[in-house]
Amino acid sequence: MSKEIRIKRGFTIQIEGEADKSLMSSTFKIDSYAVKPTDFHGVRPKLLVEEGTVVKAGTPLFFDKADERIKITSPVSGVISAIVRGEKRVIEEIRITPDQQIQRIDFGKEALEGLTCCQIRTKLLESGLWACIRMRPFNVIANPDDKPKMIVVSAFDTAPLGADYDFAMYGQKENFQAGLDVLAKLTEAKVHLNVHEELTREDTFLSAKNVVINKFSGKHPTGNVGIQIHHLDPISKGEVVWFVNPQDVIIIGRLFLEGHLDMTKIVPMAGTELKRTGYHNIIAGACIKSLVEKSLISDANPRYISGNVLTGKKISLDGYLGFYDHSISVIPEGDYYEFMGWGMPGFEKFSFWRSFFSWVTPNSKYVLDTNFHGGERALIWTGQYEKVLPMDILPTQLLKACIVEDIDAMEQLGIYEVDAEDFALCEFIDPSKTEMQEIIRKGMDLVKQETS
Amino acid sequence: MLEMRFLRDFIDKIKPNFVKGGKLHWLHSTFDAFETLLFVPNKVTLKGSHIRDSIDSKRNMGIVLLALIPALLFGMWNVGVQHFLSHGVEATFWQEFFYGFWRVLPIVIVVYATGFIIEFVAAQLRGHEVHEGILVTGLLIPLLCPPTVPLWMVAVATAFAVIIGKEVFGGTGMNVWNPALIARAFLFFAYPGQMSGDGVWIRDKGDALTGATPLAEIQAGSLDIMSAQHMFVGLMPGSIGETSAIAILLGAAILLFTGVASFRIMFSVILGGLAMGGLLNLIGGENVWFQVPAYYHLLMGGFLFGAVFMATDPVTASQTGTGKWFYGFLIGVIAVLIRVFNPAYPEGMMLAILLMNTFAPLIDHYVINANKKRRLKRAQIVAEQT
Repeated sequence: MSKEIRIKRGFTIQIEGEADKSLMSSTFKIDSYAVKPTDFHGVRPKLLVEEGTVVKAGTPLFFDKADERIKITSPVSGVISAIVRGEKRVIEEIRITPDQQIQRIDFGKEALEGLTCCQIRTKLLESGLWACIRMRPFNVIANPDDKPKMIVVSAFDTAPLGADYDFAMYGQKENFQAGLDVLAKLTEAKVHLNVHEELTREDTFLSAKNVVINKFSGKHPTGNVGIQIHHLDPISKGEVVWFVNPQDVIIIGRLFLEGHLDMTKIVPMAGTELKRTGYHNIIAGACIKSLVEKSLISDANPRYISGNVLTGKKISLDGYLGFYDHSISVIPEGDYYEFMGWGMPGFEKFSFWRSFFSWVTPNSKYVLDTNFHGGERALIWTGQYEKVLPMDILPTQLLKACIVEDIDAMEQLGIYEVDAEDFALCEFIDPSKTEMQEIIRKGMDLVKQETS
Repeated sequence: MLEMRFLRDFIDKIKPNFVKGGKLHWLHSTFDAFETLLFVPNKVTLKGSHIRDSIDSKRNMGIVLLALIPALLFGMWNVGVQHFLSHGVEATFWQEFFYGFWRVLPIVIVVYATGFIIEFVAAQLRGHEVHEGILVTGLLIPLLCPPTVPLWMVAVATAFAVIIGKEVFGGTGMNVWNPALIARAFLFFAYPGQMSGDGVWIRDKGDALTGATPLAEIQAGSLDIMSAQHMFVGLMPGSIGETSAIAILLGAAILLFTGVASFRIMFSVILGGLAMGGLLNLIGGENVWFQVPAYYHLLMGGFLFGAVFMATDPVTASQTGTGKWFYGFLIGVIAVLIRVFNPAYPEGMMLAILLMNTFAPLIDHYVINANKKRRLKRAQIVAEQT
């Protein structure tokens, strides 16, 4: 039942700027929130609000044209201040100016024992929290009609500058357990809670009930649910696995315990462009400006990232934390020229490879910026990507299948088992600077479109 | 840093001439090649991972060049040593080295000049960046040639290799065969008189030495060749870069430590050569080739050079991990087979690698299929259960 899985392949990016394990004071005032429909991959939004609409926490903002049951709701109460559209009138942001005191829609507080799985599902769909449940393959919002073979919660994050869930979720044991109970009752599938041998110490996770606890050990990308599923019970064509981020499990738990939507979570703010790092207690969709601004170092040239440095999205200082992102990273932009950079000994250049003399100091940490460090080339350095992709997948071949849009080959080579984030490390170490995450995402979209 | 600032300003000043619409736009690939050689670009990540490894293609090619330096320097020295030996003249180390240096340098210059002109034109026509592969190919070709090779021949061979061996396939990363070996094969078949025989391995040969390589001597039916230690050091007639096992192993150490070349390929080529050589020793026979100790095969001719620098070319080798083992092992086996059973020419490494370059995609095909089958089997079990 519960398994112990040791993952040997992987790589730790020695990046400086990890968030200090302290809660930052909550004196800042967030004057804008936003829901970004583009966060929900594959959802075609149909708006339910317009500028000036007054909303409460839990008021639906839009639904998915493909499945009207899937609604996305407002995380706070207030007034819709703007609907920002991008190219081809794609809705990019629905901005909300929050009230002083958050008003919440009452979704009812019945005891879980008295609810059927259908009622639980309806409650999640109505509150907008169904969006927290995503599925593999394709990494999109779960289809409420599917029967998943398991539901996975990864209780640790191995990504560089990622969250320490032990810290971020301290004191949330009750909500977390309630969330797990909801997931367990939602389908017939077992809920798997994956913990890390060294990183997970908290009782919240280790003594969770009503779940199968699997113990993992290893470096990044061990924390990716895709890697975990691959080692627990890989996905074949036609199978579906659901997964939920532990922070979202807490929010689901609160919905059932308190009867309303409270999307508060504690997220790390990390990176070397900040003089002070730490954890913020915020609501999903918050504008990062007031959180970040005062902590910036002087003469900063920052790249703001919603999420971690491998998989997050680039945002501006006025940008918002994404729905699925559980960290804020601020690292230096790398828009500089470097004289003969490729030819230097490289004592200070961090690399997976031992081409640079930084191998003499394997434990030192580095300030990493957004410079590309080279030009794009053909994908020729084979045989190395496997070292950072701990799956029975041939990365080069799968990427090539995606590039030539060969759906049969993609299926046969395991497109159902992977997500773009699993290729982030391959992308990082790649000397040919191929945009692998984008290639895999496009491949998954194509297969989804052709098979459904 | 002031000079660099100056250089950067200068580049920024002339850059507008080379962008689209500028009057020198037809030279933009050339400009870009020099600019990126001098300065790692200021390009930042826009999608995908926000941070990237410091490694790039240039660095990797630079490491390969570095790994070739010992073989190059030793080759230069050896050209001088063999020359003076064949005349029975005593010479100092520096006399020997500079004799070789001035004979080898023109070959290197001719190859680079030919290769670069074609690469720059190709990059310009195709509108892509100039790829660094030519830096490595351009140093490999001289090292594969006998020191007496005429310069015009090298130029023709280089042009053939770069155009027919690489560009027609779509440039670096798309070619089927190792371009440097294509150049070598072209020379070998087009001008056999200048590429084989006892006269070609020593520059301005005197009469004090026959000039035969160990392989040629065995081919002639004699097992009375130089000692293994002597061949390991590499002061013997042969192609410029191939003679010294010490110099090549130094390069191998650099390639393996930095992770630029595949250990699986290098190791399995050597294993394949030893296995085949050993098997022939066991069988025994009239032919003296059967009696050559297996490890001699590694030290003679281009075996080690091929194993370290040619077989490991990531473009033309097998791309799957398991495939690399088979690919390398078969190169070793076939190289020895050609040496032993082919009456026409004593060396088999070049043809073995080119042959396995051809079959590398087939090997990969089977490895990939095995991976697909595992997945298919699982899917069938799932389908049966539901």
